[in-house]
Amino acid sequence: MANLKELKNRITSVTSTQKITKAMKMVAAAKLRHAEEAANSARPYAERMESMMVSLAAGLEGREAPRLLQGSGSDQKHLLIVATGERGLCGGFNSSIAKAAAQRAEKLLAEGKDVQILCVGKKGRDALKRRYGRLIIDFVDLSGSKRIGFSDAQPIAQRALSMFDNEEFDVCTLFYAKFVSVLTQEVTAQQLIPASIPEKAEGEESEVDYDYEPEEGEILDELLPRNVSVQVYKALLENSASEQGARMSAMDNATRNAGEMIDKLTLQYNRERQAAITSELIEIISGAEAL
Amino acid sequence: MAELVSMDLVSPEKLLLSDAYEMVVVPGAEGDFSVMAGHTPITAVLRPGVISIYEGDTEKDRIFVNGGFAQVADDKITVLAEEAIHVADLDRKDLEQRIANAAEDIEDAKDDEVRRKAQENKDHLEQLLEALG
Repeated sequence: MANLKELKNRITSVTSTQKITKAMKMVAAAKLRHAEEAANSARPYAERMESMMVSLAAGLEGREAPRLLQGSGSDQKHLLIVATGERGLCGGFNSSIAKAAAQRAEKLLAEGKDVQILCVGKKGRDALKRRYGRLIIDFVDLSGSKRIGFSDAQPIAQRALSMFDNEEFDVCTLFYAKFVSVLTQEVTAQQLIPASIPEKAEGEESEVDYDYEPEEGEILDELLPRNVSVQVYKALLENSASEQGARMSAMDNATRNAGEMIDKLTLQYNRERQAAITSELIEIISGAEAL
Repeated sequence: MAELVSMDLVSPEKLLLSDAYEMVVVPGAEGDFSVMAGHTPITAVLRPGVISIYEGDTEKDRIFVNGGFAQVADDKITVLAEEAIHVADLDRKDLEQRIANAAEDIEDAKDDEVRRKAQENKDHLEQLLEALG
């Protein structure tokens, strides 16, 4: 019975696929926990830095703002930093980030702007290479670092800052996926340079009147570049949490689909087997009757 | 007991320390300053150096930071540092060895980029050694 054997083979192969997707789901769940922890413990620094920046920027009124805050006064040249994962098999995670970046690039190009793309993570580069290969200026490989550390974010920020100092771009936007929950990741485009400072909430008293040492402007000069690193770091952490979340739900779906397929194939296999037995019986019985 | 000033020491990777002390001396960019309860609100840039924590007249703890920011308000000081190490965790012999290694790296460096990195590394280690002082 060739057909029976074929079915049996398929069932075995689907079962082993299911084992793999199940294991990948477990791994993603464990990694997700780590990634979420890292994102949570990075939050205090980012929050405090932001509140410091808000109070500094508010105190700066009227005076000349640093270039990182004010921008270069033009928006002709754009740098898009596209942060994606290093690995696939995580649902629409990588492709949705790449798609958002591609749309933005398309829009800017249509407006006659210059676009440069800096890819962080292999998958984003692979997705953008074909259509925007000539715009990609560099690619940062993070596959070597198992857990994202601040030292991974710093070189990226440094690169952007030195390019800005050399006036190679006017506006820098960072694309990443914000982690909302295991099921939802929100693709976010965040403007890095010039820095976007959240407006103070209406009616909020300017609480404390700080002394500054050295002057506000000098502090901002120190603070703004670091803020870029912190924002990049935050984005990378959000991204890694999102990636694991996306992989977890993708693998969960895959495991479920494999289960359904196994059920269907098993049913078919049993039917075929029963049919084979029945036809054998008929042969025997009709053979006996003929005697 | 004197009033306490609470200190949060945060690095980008996590909240390192959150506790209350009598007095904290931080290495400001324009000179060290000490913070006690009731200090005037101030935002300051820090240079690489040591944060000393005092309990009464005795120095209770020393923490090396490689620059950062400090904000003081309402009996509370927040220090943002990219790197912070307890001075007690540093080992003089080990540091000296690493500085020697870094010096060799500078000698052996083939291009400017490598040399610059090695130099940065050596400067950083020397700051740490100074903190041990």
